[in-house]
Amino acid sequence: MSILVIAEHDNAGLKAATLNAVTAAAEIGARLGTDIHVLVAGADCGTVAEHATRIRGVTRVKVADAAHYGDQTAENLAALIVAVVDSSAGGYTHILAAATSNGKNTLPRVAALLDVAQISEIIAVVDVDTFVRPIYAGSALATVKSADAVKVITLRSTSFDAASQGGNAAIEAIPVGPDLGQAKLIGREMTRSARPELAAAKVIVAGGRGLASGENYHKLLEPLADKLGAALGASRAAVDAGFAPNDYQVGQTGKIVAPALYIAIGISGAIQHLAGMKDSRVIVAINKDPDAPIFQVADYGLVADLFQAVPELLAGL
Amino acid sequence: MKILVPVKRVVDYNIRVRVKADGSGVDLANVKMSMNPFDEIAVEEAMRLKEAGVATEVIAVSCGVVACQETLRTAMAIGADRSVLVETDIELQPLAVAKLLAAVAKKEAPQLIILGKQAIDDDANQTGQMLAALLGWPQATFASKVAIGDGKATVTREVDGGLETLEISLPAVVTTDLRLNEPRYATLPNIMKAKKKPMEIVKPAELGVDVAPRLTTVSVAEPPRRSAGIKVANVAALIDKLRNEARVIA
Ligand SMILES: Cc1cc2nc3c(=O)[nH]c(=O)nc-3n(C[C@H](O)[C@H](O)[C@H](O)COP(=O)(O)OP(=O)(O)OC[C@H]3O[C@@H](n4cnc5c(N)ncnc54)[C@H](O)[C@@H]3O)c2cc1C
Ligand SMILES: Nc1ncnc2c1ncn2[C@@H]1O[C@H](COP(=O)(O)O)[C@@H](O)[C@H]1O
Repeated sequence: MSILVIAEHDNAGLKAATLNAVTAAAEIGARLGTDIHVLVAGADCGTVAEHATRIRGVTRVKVADAAHYGDQTAENLAALIVAVVDSSAGGYTHILAAATSNGKNTLPRVAALLDVAQISEIIAVVDVDTFVRPIYAGSALATVKSADAVKVITLRSTSFDAASQGGNAAIEAIPVGPDLGQAKLIGREMTRSARPELAAAKVIVAGGRGLASGENYHKLLEPLADKLGAALGASRAAVDAGFAPNDYQVGQTGKIVAPALYIAIGISGAIQHLAGMKDSRVIVAINKDPDAPIFQVADYGLVADLFQAVPELLAGL
Repeated sequence: MKILVPVKRVVDYNIRVRVKADGSGVDLANVKMSMNPFDEIAVEEAMRLKEAGVATEVIAVSCGVVACQETLRTAMAIGADRSVLVETDIELQPLAVAKLLAAVAKKEAPQLIILGKQAIDDDANQTGQMLAALLGWPQATFASKVAIGDGKATVTREVDGGLETLEISLPAVVTTDLRLNEPRYATLPNIMKAKKKPMEIVKPAELGVDVAPRLTTVSVAEPPRRSAGIKVANVAALIDKLRNEARVIA
């Protein structure tokens, strides 16, 4: 029996979230004494597979290379994963993927096809069948135990360290499944930025409704982010108001982040926002309202008008 | 075409839930319940498709306890034509809900099912994807724009790093993200009208679905509390702390 980790990638490179998934798999695998396999499904994804062989703890990299896996559409991917599970001689006890937009899109589909539950966004492994996951926007942590033969799991990358390099797994090309032809990618509009990826950034500068306009958001936060080598984030209110793109949203229904430093500027600290950032190592809040709930989680709170404080901060760094 | 909209009754998003002292779950006694916010967006989207002449009928479905009738009345007050309650006292997990919804879908034969991307109580983000799998239909999750064409839907999705647009064949499952639309409020006359709209009540057994939970909740605990830090007097003090105490900046 083995554990299967689904690689997160863009055909050219392996995404860091895969390394966190391997660590979660290793925590389960250590208890079972089982191997960890990584599935790379993509188009012209040889480089990704090569990279996956070097993750420490991985023994086998299964590669399904075909044009119809290039866009990671859930229908084709889920069918492939189920076929891999069904055809594997030794069988799989667990299927894991990071809770990225691809992971969240595909794994429930896999679980339903296997007629098993899916366990969403685990933050800890208690035992081979028991896991901890946040519910109610992180207001409670549930410990859940699965009775299913195969456990299908997504995990929070911020809760598991990245697996290190130095592995030497074997590559196995596996048969590709059919193109189901149910979904076709028409286009992608990616937020282009030279800044680090939000989910993996060490420093995040996040802005809320207090910035009052998109222009202010850019004018005030971008230089600060550049100075700190930070990613930019936003509250839902800031995104809804069009200050920042959708994928900047941090929170219960946005991105979950845990950087070394999170600077919340003009953000009140609604529970839905806190759900996405309260595991950051150091939290700074700049808000003119001394009673803003964000101060309850901030290590360093500055009660001030952001229009004065942010330029001052930039000048002082 | 018909559109099916599954709606879940959840704790209102303004309520801060508390963990029960015995660690068996969260305390839901006398707590305000509402329609899951993502499902309000789903009902709104269905209404817009009906108003645009794309849809002919919008049917709301909820699975759970008797009180889910209220949630269905809300959906009908927003504009759904009729509703189905799959009534049970058993704790429903996403796979069970997806199976119930698949059974309802087989009877109703909608061309489109619009769900929320995530219920704000269990934060599972699973049901729509599972339902699509069980029906063998395509899915477009986390939708921020939906356009229906001839036998297909073009859906813009919120994904890591930006947006992507998919073309999927109908029938299909779509799940809503926050930016799809701004849901309308139900007006008083429409709330009155909704009382007379038809609501069918069925039991899981009548649909031939086994809803037994697959996951057991061993315990529920408070998350570790983050202690509040300090307030700094000014920007200079903040920079000093970050540099010399927290050592997070150079
Ligand atoms: C289903 C659902 C999901 C949600 N998901 C998320 C999510 O994932 N992420 C998220 O963030 N929210 C989410 N929300 C929204 C959340 O409830 C809050 O509405 C939102 O986080 C508020 O954003 P904000 O703090 O920017 O705005 P506000 O709450 O309006 O706060 C603005 C703050 O700026 C301060 N301010 C104003 N002017 C200045 C100034 N000149 N100087 C300094 N401070 C100033 C004010 O004092 C205030 O504290 C969700 C809500 C729902 C219903
Ligand atoms: N008990 C239920 N009754 C009706 N719809 C539901 C139910 N549970 C979940 N759903 C639908 O599935 C979506 C996602 O829920 P979840 O997978 O639990 O996060 C919700 O937004 C609803 O549209």
